[in-house]
Amino acid sequence: MSDFNPKIVAFVCNWCTYAGADLTGTSRMKYSPQVSIIRFPCTGRIDFMLLLKAFASGADGIIVSGCHPNDCHYSSGNFHARRRWIVFRSLLDFLGIDVRRVRFSWVSAAEGAKWAQLVNETAEQIRLLGPFKRYHQLRGLGVE
Amino acid sequence: MEDLRNKARELLAAKAVQVVVGYGRGTGASRRAVFIQSAAEAGELLFDNACRQNLAVYLMKPEVRKLGKMALVAIPATLRTILQLASENQIQDLELLALVPDASGAVTQLATFAAIEAHVVLQDNDLSAAEKGELQKYEIMGMEQRRQFWEEHFSRCLKCYACRAACPLCYCSRCTVECNQPQWIPVPAHDLGNLEWNIMRAMHLAGRCINCGDCSRACPVGIPLHLLNQKLISEVYTHFNSRSGMAAKADHAMSTFKPNDAEDFIR
Amino acid sequence: MAIETTSIKRETLEKLFSNWLSEGKRILAPKKLGDHVDFALVGSLAEVSLDQVQTVQSPKIAVFPRVEELLAFQSTDGNVQLRERDLAVLPETVIFGLRPCDAAAFASLKAIFDWDTPDKLFSARLEKITVVGLSCSRADEYCFCTSVGGGPGAAAGSDILLTDMGREDFLLEIISEKGRQAVRSVSAGLQPDAAMDKESRLARVTPAFTVEKISSVLAALFDDASFWEKQSLRCLGCGACAYVCPTCACFDIQDEGGASGKRLRCWDSCGFGLFTLHTSGHNPRPLQSQRWRQRLMHKFSYMPERQSVLGCVGCGRCSRACPVDMNMVEHMRAVAEAKP
Ligand code: SF4
Ligand code: SF4
Ligand code: SF4
Ligand code: SF4
Repeated sequence: MSDFNPKIVAFVCNWCTYAGADLTGTSRMKYSPQVSIIRFPCTGRIDFMLLLKAFASGADGIIVSGCHPNDCHYSSGNFHARRRWIVFRSLLDFLGIDVRRVRFSWVSAAEGAKWAQLVNETAEQIRLLGPFKRYHQLRGLGVE
Repeated sequence: MEDLRNKARELLAAKAVQVVVGYGRGTGASRRAVFIQSAAEAGELLFDNACRQNLAVYLMKPEVRKLGKMALVAIPATLRTILQLASENQIQDLELLALVPDASGAVTQLATFAAIEAHVVLQDNDLSAAEKGELQKYEIMGMEQRRQFWEEHFSRCLKCYACRAACPLCYCSRCTVECNQPQWIPVPAHDLGNLEWNIMRAMHLAGRCINCGDCSRACPVGIPLHLLNQKLISEVYTHFNSRSGMAAKADHAMSTFKPNDAEDFIR
Repeated sequence: MAIETTSIKRETLEKLFSNWLSEGKRILAPKKLGDHVDFALVGSLAEVSLDQVQTVQSPKIAVFPRVEELLAFQSTDGNVQLRERDLAVLPETVIFGLRPCDAAAFASLKAIFDWDTPDKLFSARLEKITVVGLSCSRADEYCFCTSVGGGPGAAAGSDILLTDMGREDFLLEIISEKGRQAVRSVSAGLQPDAAMDKESRLARVTPAFTVEKISSVLAALFDDASFWEKQSLRCLGCGACAYVCPTCACFDIQDEGGASGKRLRCWDSCGFGLFTLHTSGHNPRPLQSQRWRQRLMHKFSYMPERQSVLGCVGCGRCSRACPVDMNMVEHMRAVAEAKP
């Protein structure tokens, strides 16, 4: 499994985490290169469907991150998002989908180091879990 | 039964309503929805334990709505559906009447949302002990076992959308599965399309489903969809102390928040 | 060919199963799955469920599966390469234990798929099935084969028709050359028909209407909006009836996978509001009553008119699957009795 390079998709908000990730770069901190960042206006816009699309398109792991509570640019987008994640995670778990593949975090614009750590930890976790083949194969199952 | 029929006759004769949506004889011993539009037809109405469909689904059907003011023969789940639909601004107060037959056959007429609310709080609106027990059976299974259980079930899904059609809260005139630019949910009923469809359906009903069970009963291939809804009913109640269909004006679990909602999983 | 009547013991039938499997054929048969019976691949006669009135889904899944790949494509710099299906590798399939109504349904499907341009994939699949029917000893309140030209012991559409005579004995009628080939490996075990009384084993299904009557009323009923509205008020517009129907042939085509992917064919139903929705937003059938009318008209008017075959074999599946108990035979009776 050592040569497995996990594909990680990060859904982040524009105002905090994206800026935080930018800081990681401008501070020349190194972190795992397996992550593809997708920027959204707000965590409130990160619908669970997007996460499913990422898995279906080959992601092995997902990061969802935005502003800390009370710091949302739109004041409550992250609070709304948090509720949905609570429910979505229970549903995934109930369906037998390993929730360790989806990592939720708050990373502010000042937390460049936290972003690097988050990505590294997630990459390590996903490396341990291995490729998400089960999910990636689903599209082919049931087609005759 | 005679009580119900008389009530229907009286309402129709007085033109208090234009249609009584109730239960009548179906194939064999089954019951089915009937739409009584004149006092003369009221004899077709029946009420017994076989009457299980949540007739509130017809509140959202344009052809039925067009008939005029409706009296709806209601079981407990129907009343909660009415309140949930009201809270989602889909129906207005005084637009309908609910007729609630009790075990003895006596009928209570509920003419306002307030009256329905007062009736609903007296019902047992929690999941039953049997339902909780069944849920638990799956919760304590290993993750892999659960995955296999659902994979087997979803692999049989035909994407016939009978579950959606039978659900009174799946009333979108254009469902997400029909949004094709981009195509959110794959149209084909392959395993990916089926999984995504079933996840989406469950998520869209989180905090809204009133546990009538009509989705499961509608499913021609017997997928236990109610388990998904009940799981989320229990999560929404545990985490947000919220129950759907209790009041005509209410905050919705999934479109509100509390600053102190759990976040032990967020790092 | 003339129908050849013999009889076969259950144990010989079991032998036949293993012969088919060792010849590389798949066997699709009714099987108990949880609390319902449906078609599934089986490995022995013991796995087959024989006593249900009907399965949930129809055997059309063998020739018109829920999702099938039509072709694969790959686009590089504007050049699109297509890879067609290799029809030679499609599996030989014995459909075992289907009812006479289901066997008759293949003719309706064929009429649609072969209408103007023959559908290669469908035809290849059809070519590779052997239909082993089983007469009905029971019927229920949804069955109406005898109103649409069939019957509980009818041979049309089967290559072989079995009738359970009790005591491990089956009457075996060889109806086609394909059927003769299918039992060749056990021909020594077939006994000549010892005057078995097939009729006595068959379910009684009283005709509920006549096709002649239906076709004489239907066209004139087309514009009677209130008739269709009344008939379909409780219909919810799902796809259950069409998807379990052995003759419903509507499909949608979906390309998946971006620049390199597959073109898939999957089931569709005229019961859905989206079925006729135009890109402009106009929908020629905006009401469920119009969609219900379409369902009946297509089966009992358009198909007989254009393809000289009915689009319904009276299996009753649509009615059993319907979440709101739209019972086809009742609706047909209402049509027959309507005064347009
Ligand atoms: S599944 Fe979602 S989008 Fe579709 S009808 Fe139900 S609530 Fe609407
Ligand atoms: S009713 Fe059952 S088969 Fe039909 S779409 Fe829903 S889950 Fe799938
Ligand atoms: S329309 Fe109904 S009864 Fe007729 S063939 Fe189809 S499923 Fe069977
Ligand atoms: S007749 Fe029944 S199964 Fe068919 S579309 Fe209407 S509700 Fe669905």
